[in-house]
Amino acid sequence: MPRILIPTPLRPYTDKQDAVDVAGATVGELLADLTRKHTGLKTHLYNDQGKLRSFVNVYVNDEDIRYLQKEQTPVKSEDTVSIIPSVAGGVETAAPPAPPRGSALTNDEYKRYSRHLIMPEVGLDGQLKLKAAKVLCIGAGGLGSPVAMYLAAAGVGTLGIVDFDTVDFSNLQRQILHGTPDVGRPKLASAKDRLNALNPNVHVETYETALTSENALKLFQPYDVIVDGTDNFPTRYLVNDACVLLGKPNAYGSIFRFEGQASVFAMKEGPCYRCLYPEPPPPGLVPSCAEGGVLGVLPGLVGVIQATEAIKLILGIGEPLIGRFLIVDALRMKFRELKLRKDPDCPVCGTHPTVTKLIDYDQFCGVRPAVPEPLSVNPATEITSIELKQRLDRGDKLIVVDVREPHEYQINRIPGSLLIPLGDVPKRYNELDPDDEIVMQCKSGVRSGKAADFLRSVGFKKVLNLKGGILDWVDKVDPSQPKY
Amino acid sequence: MTERALTITPAVDESIRRHGRETYPHECCGALVGRDDRVADVVPLPNTTEEGPRRRFLVRPADYREAERKAGELGGELLGFYHSHPDHPARPSQYDLDHAWPNFAYIIVAVAQGAATDMTVWFLKEDRSSFDEGRLNHAENSHSHTAQALHR
Repeated sequence: MPRILIPTPLRPYTDKQDAVDVAGATVGELLADLTRKHTGLKTHLYNDQGKLRSFVNVYVNDEDIRYLQKEQTPVKSEDTVSIIPSVAGGVETAAPPAPPRGSALTNDEYKRYSRHLIMPEVGLDGQLKLKAAKVLCIGAGGLGSPVAMYLAAAGVGTLGIVDFDTVDFSNLQRQILHGTPDVGRPKLASAKDRLNALNPNVHVETYETALTSENALKLFQPYDVIVDGTDNFPTRYLVNDACVLLGKPNAYGSIFRFEGQASVFAMKEGPCYRCLYPEPPPPGLVPSCAEGGVLGVLPGLVGVIQATEAIKLILGIGEPLIGRFLIVDALRMKFRELKLRKDPDCPVCGTHPTVTKLIDYDQFCGVRPAVPEPLSVNPATEITSIELKQRLDRGDKLIVVDVREPHEYQINRIPGSLLIPLGDVPKRYNELDPDDEIVMQCKSGVRSGKAADFLRSVGFKKVLNLKGGILDWVDKVDPSQPKY
Repeated sequence: MTERALTITPAVDESIRRHGRETYPHECCGALVGRDDRVADVVPLPNTTEEGPRRRFLVRPADYREAERKAGELGGELLGFYHSHPDHPARPSQYDLDHAWPNFAYIIVAVAQGAATDMTVWFLKEDRSSFDEGRLNHAENSHSHTAQALHR
C-alpha cells in the first residue's frame, strides 16, 4: 500500500501521523482516500472548485506531479508520495495607487469589460486600475497603432499620443489606426477618431509636436507608463533617458523588415536601453523601415507585446519583460529571449550616472554633426531628371545604369536603363565602356552616388548621378509610374 | 476561543528584523523552528518569487523540505514562517490568506523605509475565511528553558 508523507501543518488532521497508508492506483485516488480518512484535510488541499490549491505540491518519489500526469499519475505500492508546501505571501498589491474614489464603473463599462472582470487576475480592482492609468504612446505609426487600439479597448483611462506626421498612402500597409479616407489628415486627428469610436470612455490626449529634449520631461510627467513606438535612434535614446530620469517604465519595441524587438526598460530593478546599447550605431549603418522595408503585420505582433506589458505593469501581475530582451523573427516565427543585466557603469541608470539631464540626441547619434561639414557634392557630377529627359529626347548617347534591387526595378524604371544592383557593380562594371557618358540612378540618389564614385575610381571619365533618383523622375518626368 | 500565543526569544526577534532590513525593499522570508509555540530559532530562506520580490515571497518546495530537515536537526519542529512587508503594515494581505497553511504561525514584520517596525503573528482560521491575530510574547532572554531544551 503506498504511503503519503504529511507535512507539519497538516498533521493535526492525521492524528499527528507524519505518514498515512492509503489505497489507490493514481495520485488522485490516493488523495481521495486520504481526505476520506482524514476529512479535515480537504478544505486545505482543495479549493472551492475541487482543484488542488496552487501552494499544495504533490511529489511521487522526487518528481512533481505537475510534470508527470498530474492527478492521473500512476502510483505503485513501493512509491512514496509526499505533500510538500510552497509557502507564499506578500503585501496588498497596490502597485499603481488605488483608483481615486468615485471612479467606479458605469453599467456600460461593466458589460464592455466583462471578459476582464471575470478573471481574478484583473477583476474589478484591476479594471479600475486600468481606468485610473495614464499611458503615453510615442508615435501613432506602425507600433503606436496596435498599442493605442488595444489599450483603448482594454479600458486604459487616459491615452496620450505624441506625433506630428500626416497620413500617407505608404502608412496604410501597417498603421491600422488610419484608413484610406484619412490620407493627408494629421495622424493625431485620425487616431483620435478611431480610438473614440473604439471606446468612448477613453480620454485621448494628443500632442502635435516632435518629441524633444526640451518638452520630453514635461510631456512624460503625468503618465504612468511610456510606450516607445519611435522609428529612429535619437528619439529612442531620448525616450529611454527621460524615462530613467523620471523613473517611469518604458515599454519598448522596434521593428525592421521581418524582425522585431521588445523589452521593458527603465525600471529600478532592471536595465535600460543604454545598458544594452551604450552607443548608437554609426548613422546610416542601420537602415530605417523607409529604406529597408517592414512586413506590414510585424508592428502588430510587436506592438501587441508592448501593449500587453503596459497592461501587466498597470495591473501589477505576471512577469514583466524587465531584464529580458525578446527578439521576434516573423519569417521563421521564432521568439528568442536574451537575458539583460543592469550595467552598473551605465551613463544614465548606473551607480554614478554621467547623463543627469536630457542632451542633444541628434548630435549624440551623429545625425547632425557638431560642426556642419561643407557639401562635398560637385554639381558637375549630377544631372537632374528634367536635364536627363531633355538629353535623352535629343538623342544624346547616355547609358542609364539603375543600381537598385530587381524587386525595386519591377515597380518603376527609366526606359532603356540597365539594371546592375549596387552590390554587383564591382564585378560587372566591365560591361560598361569607360568612354561612354553614364548616368547612375537609384531610388533617391544615395546608392547611385556611391556607385558613381566607384566607377570614377576605376577610371570612368564621364559619370553623372541622377539627383533625387527615380522618385524625382516619376515626379517631374513620368507621373504615370508608381512610387514606393 | 482563547487567543493563541507565540513566544520568541530576543535573538529570534532580532534575526527576523535584521533579515527584513537586509532584503529591503524586497520581502524576506524564513522558517520558525521550536516546540510548543515557542520559537527558538529561525531558518532564513531565499525568496524565490517570480512575481516581484517587493510585494511577494515564495518558499519553494525544495526549501520547505530543507527547513523541515533543519528543524529536525535543531531538535524542534516547524512552527511556521515569517516574512516582511516592505513599506506596508504588518497585517496579512488577501494574498497571504489565499496561500496560508493551517496550524502554522505567520509572523509579519513591517519594514518602513528600511527600518523594521511592527511585528505581529497570525494563525489561519480553520475555515480559511480569515486570520486570527495571535499574541507575540517575548521571552526574557535566549537562555529560556525552550532554547535550552532545544540546544541541549
